[in-house]
Amino acid sequence: MEYRLNTPLKKENVINLKAGDIVYLSGRIFTARDEAHARILEMAKENKELPFELEGSVIYHCGPLMKEKENGWDVIAAGPTTSTRMSKMTPELLKIHAVRAFVGKGGMDNVADSMNEKAVYLAFTGGCAALAAISIEKVNAVHWIDLGMPEAVWELEVENFGPLVVGIDSHGSDLFTDVRNKAMETYSKIE
Amino acid sequence: MSAVIDILREAETVLPDDVTKALKKAASEESSPVAGEQLAAILKNIEVASGKKVPMCQDTGILIFFVEIGRDLELDFRLEDAIIEGVKKATQSIPLRPNAVDPINRNNSGNNTGNGIPDIKYEFVEGNSLKITVAPKGAGSENMSAIKMFNPTEKDSIRNFVLETVLNAGGKPCPPVIVGVGIGGSFDKAARLAKSALLKKTDDMDDEEKNLLKEINDLGIGPMGLGGNTTALAVHIKKAHCHTASLPVAVNIQCWANRHSSVVLGGDA
Repeated sequence: MEYRLNTPLKKENVINLKAGDIVYLSGRIFTARDEAHARILEMAKENKELPFELEGSVIYHCGPLMKEKENGWDVIAAGPTTSTRMSKMTPELLKIHAVRAFVGKGGMDNVADSMNEKAVYLAFTGGCAALAAISIEKVNAVHWIDLGMPEAVWELEVENFGPLVVGIDSHGSDLFTDVRNKAMETYSKIE
Repeated sequence: MSAVIDILREAETVLPDDVTKALKKAASEESSPVAGEQLAAILKNIEVASGKKVPMCQDTGILIFFVEIGRDLELDFRLEDAIIEGVKKATQSIPLRPNAVDPINRNNSGNNTGNGIPDIKYEFVEGNSLKITVAPKGAGSENMSAIKMFNPTEKDSIRNFVLETVLNAGGKPCPPVIVGVGIGGSFDKAARLAKSALLKKTDDMDDEEKNLLKEINDLGIGPMGLGGNTTALAVHIKKAHCHTASLPVAVNIQCWANRHSSVVLGGDA
């Protein structure tokens, strides 16, 4: 199935999705990778309010390449980064904030339980940064630029961002794990 | 210095023809729709990047230079300074993402240079020309690379080590990958052999390399780890003599964006 969804996402939007479905997203999304995840969790511990709203949000595992212009930023290239680096921090993040979708590449480890009935993982083709940039209409804002360009949180406005493959759905199905298990089985048969 | 900026721009925005050709061939042979979709996106991305002269991947890499210096060449400038200046200027003008950080406090230098970076490898060759190759290396694939010191009698385990490295990497290094294997030398030389093997032409493989490629592709990891026939485009092996008591093996994984570009300066031609 192919879906075109607008952000912020509702719970029912993501619950309908099944592993292998194709999704195109439009609306606001946030980039966040290692350092931003760590800071979001740290601020929750200190009961501090975030400078952006994560309710119904989409988090894009991406450290974009941006160019500063007179009154803002231009997106040069913005493909996905390796999502598994954020695996450990994601279940805790999902306990605190109602993030509905994560977009990245390569899959994630041990997150399916924490996404149960509330969130999905969407895979964008790794390395396709010039392609991704075309669907980013504008940069709304940048938060935490002190973390450096790749690690900052960029608030992006996207239009038909995709194709994204549902890699992990909200019902425990994980395409990446299925492929890995099959590959391991094939490998075990090699003498 | 301007030559350094030129090859950096070329490497970041245009994929070498042999790599694009291998990707097109893979796309035509892929039977799974999800895998086909991934390869179609990659091919479209390559077109957009070269058409718009923008980097094909936002991870514009850590910059690695291979410099071949003719033995009869006399230089009237400081080569290392020219490369470093070229990197700083290119970071602004292409632009490149500033990727170089201190390993511990993670402070970003902002211009892709720093302690020991860019990494420049020098080699003396015959002649009187200067060849500079730049190979930007992304972290997604570099992080999936591995090195192991085998016992000298364990040569049969090399194949397993390569397969296990690709298997553990799964979709993380942006497959279809190119696998560089360095066998022999020393702990560090094996790694250097593996990295320089990635510069070989994609289809330049002997039977040993082709067999290993087939075994890797039989794993079915596929483009981006979503399943399919194409997990790797090529396997390139480089060997060197090593200590009688050693057998170092390094596996350097390269994403589909096997970016590199060269320039030859001076010489008789």
